[in-house]
This record gives sequence, structure tokens and C-alpha cells, in this order.
Amino acid sequence: MKQNRKTSSGLGQLLIPLVALGILIVFNIFRDISFFSIGMRVNNAGNIVLTGNLISIIDSASELAIIAMGMTLVTAACGGQDISVGAVGAIAGAVFVKVLQGMGAITIGSVILAFVLCCLATIVFKLFNGTLVAVFKIQPMIATLILYSCARSIAYWINGDATPQLKSSIISSIGKTIPGIPVPTPIFAVILVGLLLFLIFKFTSLRLYIQSVGINQGAARLNGMNPIMIKLICFILLGVCVSVASLIGVCRLGQLNHKTLLVDIEMDAILAVAIGGNSLGGGRFKLSGSILGAYIIQMLTTTLYAMNVAPVNVKAYKAIVIIIIVVAGSPVVKNKLTALWKRLRPVPVPEGAEKEG
Amino acid sequence: MTRKVITLLIALAMVFALAACGQQAAAPAASGSADSGLIKVGIINLDPSESGYREANVKNLTDTFTKENGYDATFVTAPTADKQLEAAKGFITAQVKYILVSAAETTGWDEVLKEAKEAGIKVFLFDRMIDCDPSLYTAAVVSDMRQEGETAVAWLESLNLSEYNILHIKGQLGSAAQIGRSDPLTEKCAADAKWTIVREGTGGDSWDPNEARKIAEAAINAGETFNIVYAENDGMAGGVVEALDAAGITHGVNGDVIVMGFDCNKWALRELLAGNWNYDGQCSPFQAAVIDEMIKTLEAGGAIEGLNELNQIISVEKGFDATKITQEDIDTYGLGE
Amino acid sequence: MEDGIVLTMRGISISFPGVKALNNVDFTLRKGEIHALMGENGAGKSTLIKVLTGVYEKDAGSICIEGCPGEAHIHSPQQAQNIGISTVYQEITLCPNLTVAENLFIGRTGGSVVHWKEYEKRATEILENLGIPARAKQELSRCSLAVQQMVAIARAVDMNCKVLILDEPTSSLDDKEVAMLFRLMRDLKARGVGIIFVTHFLEQVYEVSDRITVLRNGELVGEYPVSQLPQVELVAKMMGKSLDDLAELERIGQKSAASEETVYEAEDLSSSECRPFDFSIRRGEVNGFTGLLGSGRSESVRAIFGADQVTGGQIRMNGKSVRISKPHDAIRNGIGYLPENRRRDGIIADLSVRENIILALQVIRGMNHPISRADAEAFADEYIEALQIKTASKETPIRSLSGGNQQKVILARWLLTHPQYLILDEPTRGIDVGTKLEIQKLVLKLAEEGMSITFISSEIEEMLRTCSRLIVMRDRKIVGELTGDDLTQAQVMKTIAGGEQAE
Repeated sequence: MKQNRKTSSGLGQLLIPLVALGILIVFNIFRDISFFSIGMRVNNAGNIVLTGNLISIIDSASELAIIAMGMTLVTAACGGQDISVGAVGAIAGAVFVKVLQGMGAITIGSVILAFVLCCLATIVFKLFNGTLVAVFKIQPMIATLILYSCARSIAYWINGDATPQLKSSIISSIGKTIPGIPVPTPIFAVILVGLLLFLIFKFTSLRLYIQSVGINQGAARLNGMNPIMIKLICFILLGVCVSVASLIGVCRLGQLNHKTLLVDIEMDAILAVAIGGNSLGGGRFKLSGSILGAYIIQMLTTTLYAMNVAPVNVKAYKAIVIIIIVVAGSPVVKNKLTALWKRLRPVPVPEGAEKEG
Repeated sequence: MTRKVITLLIALAMVFALAACGQQAAAPAASGSADSGLIKVGIINLDPSESGYREANVKNLTDTFTKENGYDATFVTAPTADKQLEAAKGFITAQVKYILVSAAETTGWDEVLKEAKEAGIKVFLFDRMIDCDPSLYTAAVVSDMRQEGETAVAWLESLNLSEYNILHIKGQLGSAAQIGRSDPLTEKCAADAKWTIVREGTGGDSWDPNEARKIAEAAINAGETFNIVYAENDGMAGGVVEALDAAGITHGVNGDVIVMGFDCNKWALRELLAGNWNYDGQCSPFQAAVIDEMIKTLEAGGAIEGLNELNQIISVEKGFDATKITQEDIDTYGLGE
Repeated sequence: MEDGIVLTMRGISISFPGVKALNNVDFTLRKGEIHALMGENGAGKSTLIKVLTGVYEKDAGSICIEGCPGEAHIHSPQQAQNIGISTVYQEITLCPNLTVAENLFIGRTGGSVVHWKEYEKRATEILENLGIPARAKQELSRCSLAVQQMVAIARAVDMNCKVLILDEPTSSLDDKEVAMLFRLMRDLKARGVGIIFVTHFLEQVYEVSDRITVLRNGELVGEYPVSQLPQVELVAKMMGKSLDDLAELERIGQKSAASEETVYEAEDLSSSECRPFDFSIRRGEVNGFTGLLGSGRSESVRAIFGADQVTGGQIRMNGKSVRISKPHDAIRNGIGYLPENRRRDGIIADLSVRENIILALQVIRGMNHPISRADAEAFADEYIEALQIKTASKETPIRSLSGGNQQKVILARWLLTHPQYLILDEPTRGIDVGTKLEIQKLVLKLAEEGMSITFISSEIEEMLRTCSRLIVMRDRKIVGELTGDDLTQAQVMKTIAGGEQAE
């Protein structure tokens, strides 16, 4: 009974994703060691940039990693997922581009202003979701289904079907590389968002609040917390994450296409959260797990592309590997492994002792 | 309680959605009078937010069937078959003279088309075919996706390269556009030893440019050399170009890699004009002029010519070459803004 | 196997990382016997039961069961059930939204075609046979907790069980329901079922059991016929203390004198769950709300804390008017509340002991002023030490602690906030005697230091020992207040009964 709910704390949660990542790396080492080679090249804009699969993976996973972080928070506090992140991301992109176009010239100032406004718009939509979930206590999946199905239409209303182009060195600096810095900018965005959340968790006790609300909302309330507020804060943070991801998505291609911006990212984000060992039922969470999950998903995709797997088979292979990872991280398998571990190591270790009277 | 709220919200969402549709799908009430000398037509199309293609298509029709051009036209854009059928029945009741249809679904139209025929209304199909007896419509103005692919491959062949090493980015697997654009290329590659597909991938169901970029990156990182990018729509071609740029591989008119896209979005044609890309294949949404001409012929008592056994007129799809494209072409044929 | 014996467990040992949970324990159950398994929290009762039901794999020892030649190998609860061992847990494990009949037969109908009509008929027979006051077609959630438990027992009995394990079956039942349950237990005993009865209520053990096995610290203390083991001796054996130590139980009856200062005062306080009432408490006073289950005693203190929706009333703290409409207000005004249902309202199961301890203090400080890790660890260490909380470490998730230790953690959580007024609703429920005593002593010590405390317990004796004033409730109304010499069991009973009827 209780045994099944046993989840290991500390590094234990990251064990499966780390092993998965390790296996992917070992697999690629044996398949083709050059997979990991990193080189320097001059890109067409005349800048020196780093190239190689590893850079590709870390760069391409940026949007996913950022959204997975936000998704982790909402999952932890609400015990459910927001499936409208991709669609609302399209709105964020549409607002960003609309504002930039409205102001004419693309300057650092106008980009910042456009981003701030796009952030605000996204937060408004996320608060709509948050209110349905926290105040009206609607299942997150249902509550966010509304925006999931109509947000891309809203993005269309904002910008028409124009596929607007943004040609500017500022835009390409955000989405690609800053002249003089060989590392793709989106990687810095992940670090920045990660750092922002890290600082929030360091200088506030939000983590404790989120976990308490996610584990036992009633008890959290009796201890003076406001579960509604905590959930809304998580949705706001998710909104910021979506805005940043959307900004990267738009700047990467230098154009806005409301149909393809951050398309299908919600499912990958949920997957990243799960692969990272976080419970989709809420409660304890580890952001690092979700980030790791995002990189695992991207590494898997890139590996399949590098192996030149036929397009029809890519999704199937991806599914097989992900099923294996998720099953390996399931409580049942974990407990079996723990039992096996215990049998192999007869010496008792004073960690995670369980005592029942 | 929760259930009630959900129901309420879903209901609200539906009302919202309906209202949104309603903006375009206004009841096809027959306005205007017969004695004004205008030709009464009812036009049924899909929702413009579906794609850039559709938006251009809707715009093309509204720009052509105007009062100035001698028409009293009513437009209905609806995303589903039942709404379209309803609209068609409305047009029959309103006794329009011509009905123009781009159907959401290929089946289920027989009854309505028969009704229209009995009422003496002539029906034109555009863009999409309907599964029915060809006698039920006067003419169908449609695109041939395969022809688009053939045009592109023929253009590529005309370059007379010594080697064709192709990065092939497919669209949504199984879609008519993907099959039509892929088949001529794969057939050519199978037949000609000079032609090789070094890598192939897909942007998935949403024709995702980002996915195309990742595939190209993986191919470049794996050390594959290719001199042609054959992407089945403009967005994915754009994604590949990003990967080329990042890797410092030149492309376009004087570049190492030839870039090909489809759909003729304005932004893509501008890339052609700037010499960054080499080719863009058209999928013409401009059927209005052909239909306009046919109606005018019928009104003048003439007969329509040039139909095939299925009563079809296949739109001739252009392929634009970066070395020949002009700003005028972009303004005339480009989609979107 | 000896005649008349259904189950023997010999030399059972099991260890968990860092803990030897059971060491060479024997247990024998006879046919038609109610056998109480006693011990303090952490003594190994649950572990022994989990070994028996196949939840845990034993490291050593043997289990033999009647009708099973040789040793029985039990690797899962399903297997245990197949050889005739059934368990009914404290928490109901049936499906609340199915009918009684469906709950009785679900999962063991065999075949894919189910004739529910027939099963309903059989269910009715079983219910009548066992005297369970429920109808076959009734939805289970509409039955009282006691009846739900009896349905679970009926299911087990109908599955031909030879050994029925009842794990804390009475902890959420009132006296009448307990009596009903005991009737059923005696009935089953007469039919030859061997019953293992795990409980914390000593009186109940003496009321219904034939034999007692006592465990302490994972070891067997002994097996005794009830008639040969007086209650005091049982307690002494469970605690491993001599009778002299127990005299303390009586000595703590010395109540401290409260000052005249009123700390908390409510006038016409009402909530969505309780009618308006007046209440006040002085500095250093320990008072209690008493009454039958459902009399409104818990609802009243929930209203004080703002746990339910407060609908009216004036509140003054230290003479100043304040507004308390939600728990946060109460906490900021220096009120602490240890809820009645520890599992549901108290613990944050997956969080560590440390996090559970600092929770309320963190809320008082506010989200933007986090308690540093070092401080939090110091607080946790301090209270683990002060309250003798038995935990592997301060980072252990609270859910893996025993009930009594969980309760101590919650208590630590509130003590850390240094409240002026602390409400303890059933702090000793489901806790072993030793810890109960510790908590009572702690309450008196805190009161002496000036804290005002409201203490609620189902065990009147316990309240009589600690409270200087008892507020008696019946039917969600205050019907009396007892102080001084009136604080006797008889007087409380009389007040609850209202002199007229027993309910």
C-alpha cells in the first residue's frame, strides 16, 4: 500500500533520467563517435559559431526546456497539466510581432517593450486558465482544453495570416547568435529562466508552498497558505516561460507563423516533466529533472535524425524509447529495483529508513 | 457544481466559436434584386484562417465577384460540411443563378447538387473536387498537386547539374500535397543515377519549419553534402535555410545549395527576388478569373470549352525561378503579406 | 499442526535499512479466538501484519496456516487472501460509489457474465446473516463508516477467510458503532474465525479479546490470556516500564492555575458548520470541548481557527478586536491548530520532517522571508530532540513515520510558532499510551509557561486529567460548562446526556 507511494528523494529522482541520458550517450559513442564532435564555423552572417550535434541538441531543446520548467510548477501545484502552452505561445508570438510592427523600427527598446507586452498578454491568458483551475476547481486538462483549441485562432485574429517577417540583427541575435559570441543565444535564455526560478526559490519559500499545496491542499490551507494564490503564481510563471519560448521561436526563424509556432510542444513538455521523475499528480518536484527530460527528448530526436531513420518511422522509434524510460521510472519498477538492490547489498544503509509500528 | 461550471464554460466557448464563424457565415439571404442586371451567385468556401492559401483564395473570389464586375455575390465561409450544405440549400431557396463550391468533404453532395440542377442552377467546383457524377456540375477548376511536383522536377532538371544530391523535406505524410510534390521527385531519383536523395525527413502534420531546421542540422552535422534542398512548403524551406545560415553554407542564386519551396507566399517570393532561394512552386488559389470568364461566356450564350472527361479545368501552376522573378510577379501571385 | 490452531508464525525477522523491525517474533492464533496484538508505535505490529499479508518479505522465520500443508509462502496480499487471510484496514478500501452488493462481490464474480440480481439476493442473505444494518442496493458511501467497515468484514468472511485481521478498526467509530462492530466480531468468533485485533484502545481490548500478544521494539514480550493480564500490567509491558513509572499517569493531575487575563474571546461566533456560541480562554488555561462524536466540538474549534467559513461573531484577542475569517488570520494572531484528522488535514505526506516542522512558522514570516536551511535544520533538530520524535533523519518524508511521531511533528510545527493559544483536536488519537502520556504532560507544561490550550479528546479521562474547564456540547450546542469538583466522569456523562436521554 504505502510502499507503492514510495518515491526516493535527493538524487534518486534523477537516477532514471540520468541513466537514460547515459545510455543515449553510450549508444551514440558506439554508433558514431563523431556525433559528439564540436566545431567552429563562420555562419552566413559572418560570425564565428559553434556547431555540432551537441550544440544542436542543447540549442534546439531550449523552448522545450523553458516551457517544461513552467509546466513543472503548474503540475506540482495543481496536479495537472496546462495543454494550452503551445497555442498560447502562438498568441504570445502574434502580440510580440504585432507590437514590433506597430512601432515601425526594430530597436532594442522596441523589442523589450514588445516582449513585455507579449508577456503581459500571455499572463492574462494563463490567468484565465489558472482561474478555471484554482477558483473553479476544474481539472487542468479540461480547463486548458479551451485555449488549446482556440488560442491559435486568436493568434490568427491578431495578425491575420500574414506570416510576418522580422529582419533585424537584434532579432537574429535573440534567436540565433549574438555577433562575437559563438554559443547560440537560446541556450542563454534557458540559463536565464532557470536562474530566475532558482533565485525565486532561493529568496522566497515558494517551493515549500507549491509542494505543500500540491501534496495536501487542505492541510496547506489550515497552515495559513492560500492555495488559489499559489496556483495562480504558478500559472503566471508558466506564462513568463511561454513568452520567452515564444520569443525564441519567433526570432529563430525571423518570422511568425501562428500555425507552427511552438506546435505540439505541450505534449513534449508534459513528457519532459514525467521523464524528469516528477509526479504528474503534483507534489514534490525537481526543475532539473524536467530540464534533463527536455534534453533527453531532443537528444533522442537528433539521434534519430542523425541515424537517417525514415520519416515514417521516427515517431514510432521515439515512442518506443520514451515508453521504456517512463516505465523504468514508474513506481512499480522502481520498487522492484530497490528490492533487488537491497538483496544485492545485505549491509543496511542508514538512508530513507522506513519504520512502521 | 464543477460539472455545471464546465458545461457552462463549454457552452460559452461554443457560442464564442459560433459567433466567430457567424461573422463570415452570415445567412445566405438573397440580397439585391434580379432586375438590377447583376448576376446572382452564391459562393461557398472554407474558413480563411485555415491557411495562407485559403485566405488568398477567399480574397481572390471576393475581389473578382464584385458589383462592379456585374455580380450580386453572397459569400459563405464555413469549416464543416454540414454548414456548407446548409448554405447551399439556402442559395437554392434564394434562387441564385450560379453556385461556387470548395467542399470541406468530398462526399455527401449528390442530393444538394441534384436539387440545384433541377432548379436550373449551375454549379462550379473550385480548388477541391467532389465525389459525384460529373454531370452534376458545370465545371471544376482545380489544382493538380502532382503537376506541381512535375513542374519543380522539370525545372531542376533544366539546370543540368552534374550531380543532384537532395535534402528532401516532406510535408504532412499522406496529404495530397505531400504525395503530389514527393512522387515526381522520388520517381526521378529512382530512374536517374545522377539524382540521389541523401536525406529525407518530414515537418510532420503541421509542416513545422523548426523540425525541418533540426533535420537539416543533423544532416549537416553528420557531414552529409547536398546541393539541393527540396522542401515541400515555404515554411520548411525557411527552416532549412536557417540551418544552412548557421552552418555557414551559402545558398541561393550564387550559393552552394539550391533552395526550393512551394506555395508562393509573398515573403518566400521576396527571398527569391533577393537571390536567397532559387525556386518556388505555385499552388494557385486564383481560380476566380477562370470561373468569371466561364460564367460570362455562358451568360453571353456561349459554351465552355477545354474541359476534360471529368468536366475539369486544371489550373496551370507556375514555378518561379529566382533569376527571372519580378516584383510584379510577387504582387500578382504572392500569398499573404 | 496442533488442533484448533489456525495460524502459527515462528521466528519472524525482518529489517529495513537502519532498522531491525522484527526480531525472532512468534505469534499463534487459535480457531474462534479474538487475539489482540498490542504494542506502542514502532513496536512492529503493522510490520508483522504486513509480513503475514505478503506486503513485506520476511528475512527469516516460518508461517504455517491450517489447511496448507507445510510452510505457507506469501508474496502478495492476493496470495494471502487465497489461503484465507483477509485484512480490513482503518481506511476503507472499498469503492464508495458502488452498491453494497457490488462491493461484496466485485472482483470475484468469475466469468464475464454477471448476474447482479442473484448477487443482490446473496448479499441480502449475508447482510442479514451477520446482522449488518445495510441494504444490498444501497450505495456504500451512504452507509456510516462503521457499516462500511462491516461490509468490508462481510466481504472478507464470505471469501472463506480463516484469519481476519482488523487493523485499528475502531479509531473513527463512536461508541454505539464500536458496540455494533464488537457484536459482529463475537458472532464471527462463534463461527470459528480467528481474528487478529490491532488497536490502541485498551478498554476495547479487554471488552472483546481472549488473548493478547505484546510486542515491543520489534521483539516479542509475551502472549497472555486476557484474564491474567490486568490493564496496568499490559501498559507496563507495552512501555517496558515498571508499575512505579505509571503512577505518574495519576500525578500529572496537578493542574496549573490560570491567570485572570483573557487571551481569546469570541462572542456569537458561528461558521458554516456550527451555530453561534460564546467562548473565552485565559492565559495559561487548559480547557476542553467534550461531547459525543458529531456534537459539534470539532466544528467549534474549527470556527475559532477560521478553518470553516466563518459566518458571524466578534473576536477579541488580548482585549483587542480582531478579524479571523481564515486560518491565515488565526495563525497571524498567534493561534495554532492541530487538526482532528492528522492524515487528511495535518501532515504534508511527501514533505520531510524538517519541512513539516517549519511550515507554519514559514507562513507567519511570509513567503518572501524564507527560513534559511541552517535555521530550519536547527529548528528541526531542536524539536526532534525536545519531543523525542523517532525518525531516521530530519529529511525522512513524514509519511514513513508512525502515527504518534507524525503527531509529534505537527505538534512541533505549532510549538515552533510560539502560539498564545493552541488548539489540539484529538492529539492523542491512534497513539500509544507512552506518547499519550508525554503529550498530556507537555500540555500541562506549556500551560504553566503561559500558553492557553484547548484540548479535545474522545477519552474523557484524558481530558479530566488535563483540563481545568470542560465545555460540554450536544447537538451542536453548548449545554454546560464544568469546573473544579464537577470535573468527574459521572458529571460529564450526566451533562452530555442532559439528565434526560442518552443521546
